[in-house]
Amino acid sequence: MRLGGFRLARRDRASRKLAVVAPIAALLLSIALNLALYVAMGRNPVAVFHAMLIEPVTSWSSFSEVLLKMTPLLLIAQGLAIGFRAKVINIGAEGQFILGAIFASAIPVWFPQVTGAWVWPSMIALGGIGGMLWAIVPAIWRVRLNASEILVTLMMSLIAAQLLNFLLVGPWKDPMGFNFPQSVIFPLDATLPLLFPGTRVNVALAIALIWSVVCWFHIQRSFQGYQLIVGGLAPQAAGYAGYSQSRAIWMSLLIGGLAAGLAGAAEVAGPVGQLQRSIASGYGYSAIIVAYLGGLHPVGIVFSSLLIAILYIGGDNAMVSAGLPIAAVRVFQGSLLVCYLAAITLVRFRLIREPGGLRA
Amino acid sequence: MPAPLLAIRGLSKSYGRVHANRSIDLTVEEGSIHAILGENGAGKSTLMKLIYGVETPDAGQVTWRGDPVRPTSPAEARKLGIGMVFQHFSLFETLTVVENIALIVPGRSAALVARIRDLGREYGLEVDPRAHVHSLSVGERQRVEIIRCLMTDPRLLILDEPTSVLPPQSVTRLFQTLRRLRDRGVSILFISHKLEEIRAICDRATILRDGAVTGTVDPRDHDATELATMMIGRDMPPPPPAKAHKPGKVALELAGLDHVPDDPFGQPLSRIALRLHEGEILGIAGVSGNGQAELARLVSGEVTLPDHRAAEVLMLGQAVGDLGAAARRDLGFAFVPEERLGRGAVPEMSLADNTLLTGHRAGLLRRGLIDRAREADYTARCIRDFDVRTPGPRTEAGALSGGNLQKFIVGREIMLQPRLLFVSQPTWGVDIGAATAIRRRLVAMRDAGAAVLVISEEIEELFEICDRIQVLNAGRLSPSMTVRDIRVEDVGRHMIGATEGGAS
Repeated sequence: MRLGGFRLARRDRASRKLAVVAPIAALLLSIALNLALYVAMGRNPVAVFHAMLIEPVTSWSSFSEVLLKMTPLLLIAQGLAIGFRAKVINIGAEGQFILGAIFASAIPVWFPQVTGAWVWPSMIALGGIGGMLWAIVPAIWRVRLNASEILVTLMMSLIAAQLLNFLLVGPWKDPMGFNFPQSVIFPLDATLPLLFPGTRVNVALAIALIWSVVCWFHIQRSFQGYQLIVGGLAPQAAGYAGYSQSRAIWMSLLIGGLAAGLAGAAEVAGPVGQLQRSIASGYGYSAIIVAYLGGLHPVGIVFSSLLIAILYIGGDNAMVSAGLPIAAVRVFQGSLLVCYLAAITLVRFRLIREPGGLRA
Repeated sequence: MPAPLLAIRGLSKSYGRVHANRSIDLTVEEGSIHAILGENGAGKSTLMKLIYGVETPDAGQVTWRGDPVRPTSPAEARKLGIGMVFQHFSLFETLTVVENIALIVPGRSAALVARIRDLGREYGLEVDPRAHVHSLSVGERQRVEIIRCLMTDPRLLILDEPTSVLPPQSVTRLFQTLRRLRDRGVSILFISHKLEEIRAICDRATILRDGAVTGTVDPRDHDATELATMMIGRDMPPPPPAKAHKPGKVALELAGLDHVPDDPFGQPLSRIALRLHEGEILGIAGVSGNGQAELARLVSGEVTLPDHRAAEVLMLGQAVGDLGAAARRDLGFAFVPEERLGRGAVPEMSLADNTLLTGHRAGLLRRGLIDRAREADYTARCIRDFDVRTPGPRTEAGALSGGNLQKFIVGREIMLQPRLLFVSQPTWGVDIGAATAIRRRLVAMRDAGAAVLVISEEIEELFEICDRIQVLNAGRLSPSMTVRDIRVEDVGRHMIGATEGGAS
């Protein structure tokens, strides 16, 4: 491929230095692009920049909110990345997240007076099972009928949203809730213990970090993780070596569903404290961006989930203090991904100046 | 004396620290068939890219019919009158011949059809202009490529290893075409590493080694051994002596296997019967596309049969037709596929990680976890014992040359110490030195008691190493022939299906 007087040549091996530099360069570039956009919109770029990217990390109270937002993104993105590396594209984490929330809520909804230290761990476990169950459907369809998991997982998300609606306006509606589509407020033992007093950060953050270590181990050291990566990079080579493709699909979708289900459970048992419609706020979709921004690597994903969480909180700030529309946050996320995808090309390729190539 | 068609003086090109071409001198006269001879990696392809404008030289000059030129793109080279047929064809399979040509050559369809027919008659390049490319044989596709070049009236035609894909009969035909072109005043640069071919058709040969010219000779005055010495800089190792041996137990048996592949363009197989013993090498000859790929997948387990047909493939004493590739490998089977990148190895992964692909059986795992130390050890041994030229085990497989990657894959499979080894196209695109090394390894495997199955297009190779040969043509396998009792022509007859009914 040629670009003006330059040519892209494949490197002998992916550059490790650039693998770190590329995302940072992409971040700086997208900040510059977006600031230019704000100037064009007649906003004060310095104020917007401050509200979006500086404020969220300067006070403990707002940074704790960042950590809270980061938790579900981190959990889901680590699970999705395992599938993405195997080229099993699960874009229905949102639905699996909702099912996790619903399954976890079953305990406090059915037993509103429940007490005991076992309650919240059971809710988390149930949530993981819910997410996995929701991912079984696309797995069966893909393995048996060769139906694209991209479409099936997406459609399953729409069904999950309707299921949530049905429960909240029907059987699971709080009888004392003034007809709002919400469940009962969960009892204390059905909520997650806080990690830092005075904030809303709970044990789910610790779970997400432990989960990240497990995922790191999975791709670095386990043969199963290796097989999944081979299947994604070179399906023919996986077939040649005799790695089962059905197994890769099952593993990818189940792990993705499990992670999203855990996140859904942690959301209702954590900051929300009841089952309501607003829990489906798009974590499942944002986690896709988080996974790719993190280079589908467990360490990268820790940083990318933090960054996207900062943008969430900072975007809210900017809406209030700089009058920025909510769409500006989405534009930022989108441009970040585009810049990143362009920048990582240089990790595997390098630009070579063509001596005779400087021609019209 | 008129100026030569193409004269090159002191042409150099480096990629980083690798000097692909070092001060090359080359003169191509009008009306000449000029060979460029060299091992893989000797710099042949780079030189052609410089001439054809794909790459630009670091130093040196090119004169074309007496005028200095500096082509910086294939379009400019074509304008000068230089055409090139690449080793890997660039045709769209779903389009017809004339549609493919119309993509590059301007003109109305009817006029193009007429010109394709004219050129076909004139040069023996007959091909149906309205046929879809996917329905054409490899030989016909090559004719389409050559016709496409001729459409622009070139004075010089570059052919990159044109015979590597052709059966012997088509080679003869191609040579007639090339001679006719030369008689009409088109010079030809013919790239090859097949010595006999060059002696048969070329009137000059320039020999490259390590990026530099080691000689320019009339190949008809030198025998193959002399040319080979110039090419590889040392005497060719003699072929390994055929050792007397007695075959052991049956390691692989197919008894009348029928198979229709899922791929609509695949070649169905019909009544395939073969029996391979431990301690012998069985060769499958024939031109690619006659069922080789389909047969390879059935033997390797990448394509499986339904349960009730399991007994149609017997491997190492077991019915394995319904078993996948991993289960067959667990029995002591190993396989080198014809596609190296993307099938035999993952291009984006390091050599060490590619070791794991099939080598994990050799104790590289502990309770499902990868033992990195043993993986590194296995990789290092493979690189050393099989002379894989690479900066190190962390290099990505995609960065290796074809020959070196092949040595790596062959090494990885042989180090598994299989009882049944299956190698498809062991030396495709591999230079003479590496090819000889690979062949010796296969013979050594046989002598150690393993059963070896080889699919190859190169008849000479099969005659060199095999005990028996069967020919695959149009999805049918010929009866077994003992190599000692036959000649190359016997195999050739089976390759073109000229023995229908006469086989016994």
